[in-house]
Amino acid sequence: MHKIWSAAWFVVVACIPVSSVSAIAGTHDIVIERHLVNVTGRERVGMLINGQLPGPILRLKEGEDAVINVTNRLDENASIHWHGLIVPPEMDGVPGIAPGYGDGIKPGETFTYRFKVRQSGTYWFHSHSSGEQEQLGIYAPLIIEPRTRDPFKYDSEYVIMFSDWTDEDPKRIISNLKKDSSWYNFNRQTLVGLIQELSNAPNEEARKASVNSRIAWGLMRMDPTDVADVAGYTFLVNGQSPERNFTALARRGERVRLRFINASTSTYFDVRIPGLKMTVVQADGNNVSPVRVDEFRIAVAETYDVIVQPTEDRAYTIVGEPMDRTGFARATLAPRPGMVGELPPHRLRPLMQMSDMAMNPGPKGLDRGTLQPEQDMIGHVAPEDPVAMAIGGMGDMSGMSDASKPKGMQRGGGMSDGKMAMPKSSPAREGQGTKTGKPPEASPMPGMGPGSMPGMNSQNQMPMPKEKQAMDHGAMSSMGPKSSADHQSQVTSSTSGVQQGPQAYVLRDGEDMPNVGPSVQQTMPDPITNDTGAPLGTRVLSYRDLRALNPYPYKRYDRIIEIRLTGNMQRYFWSINGRKFSEAEPIVLRFGERARFRFINETMMNHPMHIHGTWMLPEVGNGARNPKKHTVNIKPGTTLDVDIPADAEGPWAFHCHLLYHMETGMMRQVNVVRQTASLK
Amino acid sequence: MKSLLASLSIFLLASAALGNAAAAQTAPAGSQGTPYSGLRSTPATGFPDQALFGGVRFDKFEWYGLGGPNNGRWDMEAFVGNDYDKFFFKSEGIFEGRTQKFDEAQFQALYSRMISYFFDFQVGVRHDISPKPSRTYAVIGIEGLAPGFFEIDADAYISQKGEISGSFTGWYDLLITNRLILQPRVDMRLQLQSVPELELGSGLTDFELGARLRYEFTRNFAPYIGVSWDRKVGETAAIAERNQKQISSVNFVAGVRLLW
Repeated sequence: MHKIWSAAWFVVVACIPVSSVSAIAGTHDIVIERHLVNVTGRERVGMLINGQLPGPILRLKEGEDAVINVTNRLDENASIHWHGLIVPPEMDGVPGIAPGYGDGIKPGETFTYRFKVRQSGTYWFHSHSSGEQEQLGIYAPLIIEPRTRDPFKYDSEYVIMFSDWTDEDPKRIISNLKKDSSWYNFNRQTLVGLIQELSNAPNEEARKASVNSRIAWGLMRMDPTDVADVAGYTFLVNGQSPERNFTALARRGERVRLRFINASTSTYFDVRIPGLKMTVVQADGNNVSPVRVDEFRIAVAETYDVIVQPTEDRAYTIVGEPMDRTGFARATLAPRPGMVGELPPHRLRPLMQMSDMAMNPGPKGLDRGTLQPEQDMIGHVAPEDPVAMAIGGMGDMSGMSDASKPKGMQRGGGMSDGKMAMPKSSPAREGQGTKTGKPPEASPMPGMGPGSMPGMNSQNQMPMPKEKQAMDHGAMSSMGPKSSADHQSQVTSSTSGVQQGPQAYVLRDGEDMPNVGPSVQQTMPDPITNDTGAPLGTRVLSYRDLRALNPYPYKRYDRIIEIRLTGNMQRYFWSINGRKFSEAEPIVLRFGERARFRFINETMMNHPMHIHGTWMLPEVGNGARNPKKHTVNIKPGTTLDVDIPADAEGPWAFHCHLLYHMETGMMRQVNVVRQTASLK
Repeated sequence: MKSLLASLSIFLLASAALGNAAAAQTAPAGSQGTPYSGLRSTPATGFPDQALFGGVRFDKFEWYGLGGPNNGRWDMEAFVGNDYDKFFFKSEGIFEGRTQKFDEAQFQALYSRMISYFFDFQVGVRHDISPKPSRTYAVIGIEGLAPGFFEIDADAYISQKGEISGSFTGWYDLLITNRLILQPRVDMRLQLQSVPELELGSGLTDFELGARLRYEFTRNFAPYIGVSWDRKVGETAAIAERNQKQISSVNFVAGVRLLW
């Protein structure tokens, strides 16, 4: 462990503590400029807010009339968008969409944002200009104090803002991905990996699954290790590299509020504090019924507020482990400065299963929300390969056509609200994102117990209620070799779910790392639970656990709009409903209607979908208490309904918050209009 | 060279790209009369999802013929374009060490259109420079990724004299580790009719089977070693035999794969 510290990795972030965020209530000044940054030991020119990475915390008060002057000292247009804030469209800060905003703030100019702050909680703000400004550092936390007291108590608070820094020119990153979409992936499946897998396989069935999975993925021309597009990142907490180790001070027994913000451009983090339970009290700025968890996965652009209470007089490590395991974002929670928490070994790298890519249903013929009919462009949806499916163990699905699905799925109109998601009585709901078969006593050190179970894939073992299967996935319950959900076997050699050897603690750029291996059993992935590779018994947050304390007024949806997440993994471009932003018409909603966006992820990647100007209400089965979110993750190969209240007139942006997905086309304009006559 | 390619392709592609963008920006009827000007405005100028990209890849850039005079060989392609339409420049050939001359050098300029998730359709011209009489061809072909992760490039040619020929290239990247990669590769050519002045018979004329083991220090730069078996077959082999030329050779090769 301490080797890492003595290593000459010690770096200095060139940050000048500028306190130009004025103290005068209601008026704030933000300056965007190029600035030297040194994260990795090499000097780079970043684009910073007030000279800091990330920018200084902007604190607003609920109910105040905020006046924020944003000055652009770059040599290119810039912009600031208040992520998650409900503001008038003119103040939303999206070039080309926000009325009167033009192409953003021109060089040398100042744009004054004026809006009434109508909410409270943890948010952030960032550049919304193309040209990858966000990757270069234009992001900062935004904290809004509530008018009344928070419904939970805490003694102190810290912002924990995750981000991913690269020394590479972001323009170069896109260019590289266009040339070779696996440019940054040095954890692809290899011959050496296959030999290891085969020699360590517990039985014949596992060996067969291993080989079949290779053949199937090869036939489909898809890479199951493609869990992240970009690598070479240094993962930061509040701008500090893992070596610098941001430290939050907290005495034993103190209640600390940690405001987690994921300001990454491309990285999902699995967050845990080994030895401590976290009580999630807020998600995306909105209070939720407190829920105690061991860990959670934070999608790009999401925020979670948790309360922790150190139980011992020691240093705890706040671990943000990127989904592709190529490093750590880490911070320490300690009673005194200078203490260093222990770093856990890496979890095994996740591997896409055939079920994540189970089928590309293609257009369902549902309303796409555009005024003129719209068709997919060529090459935005991977071709189906029944042979590969059969070999990969999903054979039962290959023959399934849309026609064999229940009618409700086709039209979607005839269903009552609760039905689409988990019914109240479902076993999955009782599990609430807990791994199945949770033992009564949880391991005191989740994720580190030596005798823990294999890195299980909750998405493969989540017992889906019958009704859910029937509604969403037709006749798929019978597929794959039968085995008990509680004893689902992984082919992987590792029995602990964590990595061993020199790669176990890698702080950046791990290569040829072991992964969880192909699953023998194939069932449909659950759209809401997250498999973080945690050992059995770990309580992992799922969207299902989020119950809004102040829910958005409940209303049944008026219509379903099909939002297929599409794109081309091989050529690296992304789209919605088979059309890139510049090829697509806006989605038009009537003011006052409740649209249900039916997300269908036809790609192999997670997409954190974000809408401006209003909330997203994911249908997670909590009825009127479904959470209010500004960013909803859509897992690969899954379908999720998200209600969109069209309560704010104007043109709004709607996009995937992975920067390079948005840049290459995964974005739409959503127009909320009053004139209904012309809408038929 | 890259900038030359860029300007060429911009010229070629401008109309297609612009036409596309213009068609997509029609404002919806429902937006008329709304208070927000943004509803009628076009998206930010220069939204990067139709941006032009370019790249150059040398699959072969190698020396072979150990002991004897060293021969050089290259096989490269470069492109500039957006996701749908690209301009391709491809070249391959042999530089003979003994004569210090290009034995054969082939240049192609192609327009490439994405026709499916994995494949591009390509059409253009090819010109050969060699000691033999030179030829210019029209080219039509496909390039892409076949099931099983096989990269393939298949082309048909018709020369200015009406001779029809074809070529096929296929390779597979076998990852031993993530940086050590073995690439078996086949290049073969065929003729519909014999062309005596080019010493080509009809049918399959020749093939090259190779295996190159590279180490990707970076994606940009990957030195390799390998073996290559060059063989003339059928009528073409008979012609070569009559002319007392080599019909088969096995060579060790050493080179570097470049991708920029």
